Amino acid sequence: MRWDWLARNAPQIWDYLLQHAWLAASATLLGLVIALPLGALASRYSWTYPPLTTLAGLLYTIPSLALFVVLPGLLGTRILDPINVVIALTIYTVALMVRVVADALASVPELVRQSALAMGYRPLRSLITVQLPLAVPVIGAGLRVAAVSNVSLVSVAALLGVPQLGSLFTQGLQLDFATPIVAGIVLSLALAVVFDAIILLAIRIGTPWARAVRS
Amino acid sequence: MGGALTWLTTGSNWSGSGGVWARLLEHLRYTGIAMAIALVIALPLGALIGHTGKGVAAVSGVANAFRALPTLGVLIVLTLWAFDNLKGSLTFLAPSIAVLVVLAIPPMLSNTYAGIAAVDPAARDAAKGMGMTGGKVLTAVEIPVALPLILSGIRSAYLQVVATATIAAVIGLGGLGRFVLDGQKQQDYAEMVAGAILVALVAIIGDRIIALIGRLVVSPGISGRRVREKAATLETVPPT
Repeated sequence: MRWDWLARNAPQIWDYLLQHAWLAASATLLGLVIALPLGALASRYSWTYPPLTTLAGLLYTIPSLALFVVLPGLLGTRILDPINVVIALTIYTVALMVRVVADALASVPELVRQSALAMGYRPLRSLITVQLPLAVPVIGAGLRVAAVSNVSLVSVAALLGVPQLGSLFTQGLQLDFATPIVAGIVLSLALAVVFDAIILLAIRIGTPWARAVRS
Repeated sequence: MGGALTWLTTGSNWSGSGGVWARLLEHLRYTGIAMAIALVIALPLGALIGHTGKGVAAVSGVANAFRALPTLGVLIVLTLWAFDNLKGSLTFLAPSIAVLVVLAIPPMLSNTYAGIAAVDPAARDAAKGMGMTGGKVLTAVEIPVALPLILSGIRSAYLQVVATATIAAVIGLGGLGRFVLDGQKQQDYAEMVAGAILVALVAIIGDRIIALIGRLVVSPGISGRRVREKAATLETVPPT
């Protein structure tokens, strides 16, 4: 490791880190927001479950570099636009989370749903205020997987020249110099750990009853 | 997009040492070698862990950590190391194959042990009660029952490997990734998209073939259970 190189390039590396975090986080959040209604649909109307999950599985078979390259042509964006990366990763997140949300909602006991209905809750209100909170642990577990894999996928976009931590990898290759690459790997792993911790914290805050039972 | 179609339907792009056929064969060769090595390592190890129940915590921890590892960075670091320590064609090939193997092992390994560990204990006890030895229980009961999950692990591994073999073109390897990266260097967007479409096709077709093999080799008494699909959900990660 050449620490002096890191020190000299600290502002640039910091920029890459922020950009990386921003790309991965926005795709994860956007994917969750889109997957929630789709997953609720798949659990409410069982005939929509097979087509939705099959489509999700199919989207998963597209390699990320291929998706990054093809999207600009489909969307009319420029190839260097970070928006392509966000959209591609959002697609993967939705593909993963639709099934997770559907299965999580389906795992809420039927009696709970009926109790809510009996108390006069309309189906939509019961879904949002009763079933969804109870599904938080399972949805959260899926979101952890999505967030962590998004962090590692963002770096592939460096091959197209979208600046983020992956740019350190291509720089290191061009300079035949390991320091930026090791720094990129370490920062990317650290970012994944931070995202994971944030989601764990959100699950904890979102499920106060789980703590009450434990203590 | 139209440009990519023109590129793909131009005959001269398909022939020669840098043509589609040659690149496709290279891509399949890298994928095949890496998958074969990973299978030989991951399946017996996974079966052993699932059968004995030992080492599950360690393996699942390592598998999770790998999910966060940026493949591109690892590949480049290994290549820089190989530049100084290896000679000839191995310089490019060895690090690429190593990365592909490292990527393929976790999904295969974790699905194998999880599938075997999830076998109904009653079935296992019944097999033992019939006088089967430990090894016989594993091969005649546990592996057949776990086969759907094992195959889904092989599918995710394949998708990872096919996708990452594309990235390996960065360090000078052949394969379909060449079209994407050379196209980018020459500002030839049509070539890039054509390469991307070819990679996606290879990924999807291979995935379907493994699914088809699964339908043929999984015992009809076991296939079609929704349980296994649910269990497989979290093992699926988007391909690099």
